[in-house]
Amino acid sequence: MKTATKLWIGLGVLVILSPLGLFLPEYFKAGDAWGEWGSDTMKELVGYIPKGLEKFSSLWSAPIPDYAFKGWEEKGLGSLSLAYIASAIIGILITVCIVLFIGKLLSNKD
Amino acid sequence: MHIPDGYLGPATCGVFYAVMLPVWTLASKIVKKTLRARQVPILAIGAAFSFVIMMFNVPIPGGTTGHAVGAVLVAILLGPWAACIAVTVALVVQALLFGDGGITAIGANCFNMAFVLPFAGYYLYKIISYGAPIESNRRIIAAGVAGYIALNIAALFTGIEFGLQPLLHHTADGQALYCPYGLNVAIPAMAGEHLLVFGWVEAIVTALVIKYLQKQDSELLVLGEEAINEDRY
Repeated sequence: MKTATKLWIGLGVLVILSPLGLFLPEYFKAGDAWGEWGSDTMKELVGYIPKGLEKFSSLWSAPIPDYAFKGWEEKGLGSLSLAYIASAIIGILITVCIVLFIGKLLSNKD
Repeated sequence: MHIPDGYLGPATCGVFYAVMLPVWTLASKIVKKTLRARQVPILAIGAAFSFVIMMFNVPIPGGTTGHAVGAVLVAILLGPWAACIAVTVALVVQALLFGDGGITAIGANCFNMAFVLPFAGYYLYKIISYGAPIESNRRIIAAGVAGYIALNIAALFTGIEFGLQPLLHHTADGQALYCPYGLNVAIPAMAGEHLLVFGWVEAIVTALVIKYLQKQDSELLVLGEEAINEDRY
């Protein structure tokens, strides 16, 4: 089997395992990454929401925020895992398409 | 390490976009000269790998989470300029589609994770593996050490960017406008967690894949060496 094929399979395995990125922090009671808090957590941490932060934090509303479908926030870890896997697949497909396109433009010899 | 919108002031965001524009331009020029058509699938796989490995949030029990980036691995296989492009694409998709990292902070996030990280990792790997045969254990160690140190350098830069904000932007009564934590908090926090946990994740991921490729397809590592040699022009 070609190495590239094996690496694609490896990526598939990573996609299926990706919900570990949700379960492990939940299990070990770990919170947000440092410096990536939402407004509520920020208020708890420092007692106020910095004004500029408040203004800019909602500048962009991503279609699949935090790798979860909108309206699924209250659902359990099972549904969130499905959304996480779907996000990984969508993200990888788009990333791969863009890079293949860039690669086509930039590579010129073999 | 994905700085969200609102944590960096407009000046900082602007500076990092201004720094990254020429880096991206130069990256495309250099990659155009060095990338072989048969390496394009590996570039795509590298970008996809970087995208998905960043979804593996590793917890510090009772504390924060963090993750590997995979940028050092891509740099070893394709050279740092190609890695810069691959990781940039992953970061832009994460910011636009998933709100992971702010759109105003794309410049800064790319500087940390798509520029500092692959370049630091690549040169460390190059120095440590200098003269080592393709299949030697020294290359695995070099990959791990490069991953660990480079992720920590990137984390240090991120901590400095966060920590400068209260100095640059605050109200008359001393309230921060953006990131409220100064250098004295942001640097130890970012450096500490990466030295303790997340740096090891990048190290293990990088070393394991290099070890696998040594057995599976050492040709890829030879091509990587060529990318390393060809960028001396």
